[in-house]
Amino acid sequence: MYSSLLAAIIDAEASHRSLSQLALDTEAKDQGRPVAEIRDALRRALVVMRGAIEQGLVGDLYSESGLVGGDAAKVALSTKGPFTGSPFADVIARALAVQEVNAAMGVIVAAPTAGGAGVLPAVLTGLAKARGISEDEIVSALATAGLIGAVVAERASLSGAEGGCQAETGAAAGMAAGAAVEMLGGTPTQVGHAVALAQQGTLGLVCDPLGGLVELPCVFRNATGAAIALAAVEMALAGVTFAIPVDEVIDVMGEIGREMDVRYRETAGGGLAATPTGRRLARERLVQIKRSGG
Amino acid sequence: MVSLLDIIGPVMVGPSSSHTAGACRIGLLARGLVGGTPERARMELHGSFARTGEGHGTDKAIAGGLMGFRPDDDRIRDALNIAEREGLAYVFEKTTLSETAHPNTVRITLERGDRSHVMTGESLGAGRIHITEVDGFPVEVHGNHHTIVLVAEDVKGSVAGIAQLLADASINIATLRLTRKEKGGDAFMVIEVDDRPDEPVRDAIRALPWVRWSHRLDKVSG
Repeated sequence: MYSSLLAAIIDAEASHRSLSQLALDTEAKDQGRPVAEIRDALRRALVVMRGAIEQGLVGDLYSESGLVGGDAAKVALSTKGPFTGSPFADVIARALAVQEVNAAMGVIVAAPTAGGAGVLPAVLTGLAKARGISEDEIVSALATAGLIGAVVAERASLSGAEGGCQAETGAAAGMAAGAAVEMLGGTPTQVGHAVALAQQGTLGLVCDPLGGLVELPCVFRNATGAAIALAAVEMALAGVTFAIPVDEVIDVMGEIGREMDVRYRETAGGGLAATPTGRRLARERLVQIKRSGG
Repeated sequence: MVSLLDIIGPVMVGPSSSHTAGACRIGLLARGLVGGTPERARMELHGSFARTGEGHGTDKAIAGGLMGFRPDDDRIRDALNIAEREGLAYVFEKTTLSETAHPNTVRITLERGDRSHVMTGESLGAGRIHITEVDGFPVEVHGNHHTIVLVAEDVKGSVAGIAQLLADASINIATLRLTRKEKGGDAFMVIEVDDRPDEPVRDAIRALPWVRWSHRLDKVSG
């Protein structure tokens, strides 16, 4: 797979292919598998993603610690928000839904990780519904997302323990923004700007889960990560460009991650996890998990 | 090489690709060492596995793996209760294995019938794993190939013998590593292969006079 998104964009435009087609052709060559088989695997992933969204929107799921749950349904059913009934509200509800299912030990697709699994399915399926996009086109968009994630894995990191939340929900926002721009008719160059615009909005984001659990703030970070992705999609499709090339934005994300104090890298030693309330809640909830037989 | 399907995947039971999916895969590989669900299993959890494992279902995921559940099997949620019904007696302990051990490490001691083995595994993130030790022998197994592990007397030609046997069965070797604790001592062989060796191949390897024991660890990812 590519380790430079700019190189991929140049190759795609030179060969008059979409980034998804380039990603699928490259994966087929790398892994010695036919494109159809890779598309089938992505289609199966999409089915699981949709299942998690559906399950989470019901609203009766809670994590074992009880720290998170039920909020996806609140957003989905609300009539109070300024975006009620809009694709924006729908995407937010979907992102919460997947991450609530994850926290409750339901079945999800790590994309790129379990902790950031809500952003990509929420953005793609939410926008596809709003714009009448076919399942096949969503599957193609997943390939584009995979290409973007592979570049981030090569150049920076996809692990909160290594790079903070910017490497999990931040990377997911970049993947979702780029994939959605292609799905909605953007050019490969616009995909690159969308990734840069999303990723710049999450630079420096720390990984600070209470008690080290993938629950709080992870569930909400997936919703805000999706919102950043949507902002990037809106800008990129309007022709907004980002002056720092996308590869350099990804590189600096990696650099910030390496410089980040270990307290902010999934250790529950800093950030929200280390606030007085964060510490108290973590203590209480871990005791509860133990009592319930863990 | 990073694959698209590593990024969009794995399909897994939450909440953590390292603490849940990776832990399950370590359990699956350990199961291969005793050729089925163990009767007894002792898990020594180290580092982050010890500190936050309960909240991530690391215990359920390992127990599920030991019973043959894959990372996307939703029975993992109930694995500890199922283990009691299936006759898997398990115990989890929190410990510090060493100052240099990976933060997500578990050492598993297993018994099934007359077989008993110890395996140490690390969960590297995004569901990727690394088995570092089997029965005191340093190894490198990642679970993305079918793997044959065996202990052999240190005789000349042992590697050639195994290679020939696999070639005759049309099984392609991806990697082969040999380690010894001391010169002239038993040799530990880890052979990663592209195709799953079937029962006749396994039996042929076991029939070699200088092979003390041999097990097949089926691939758990990729």
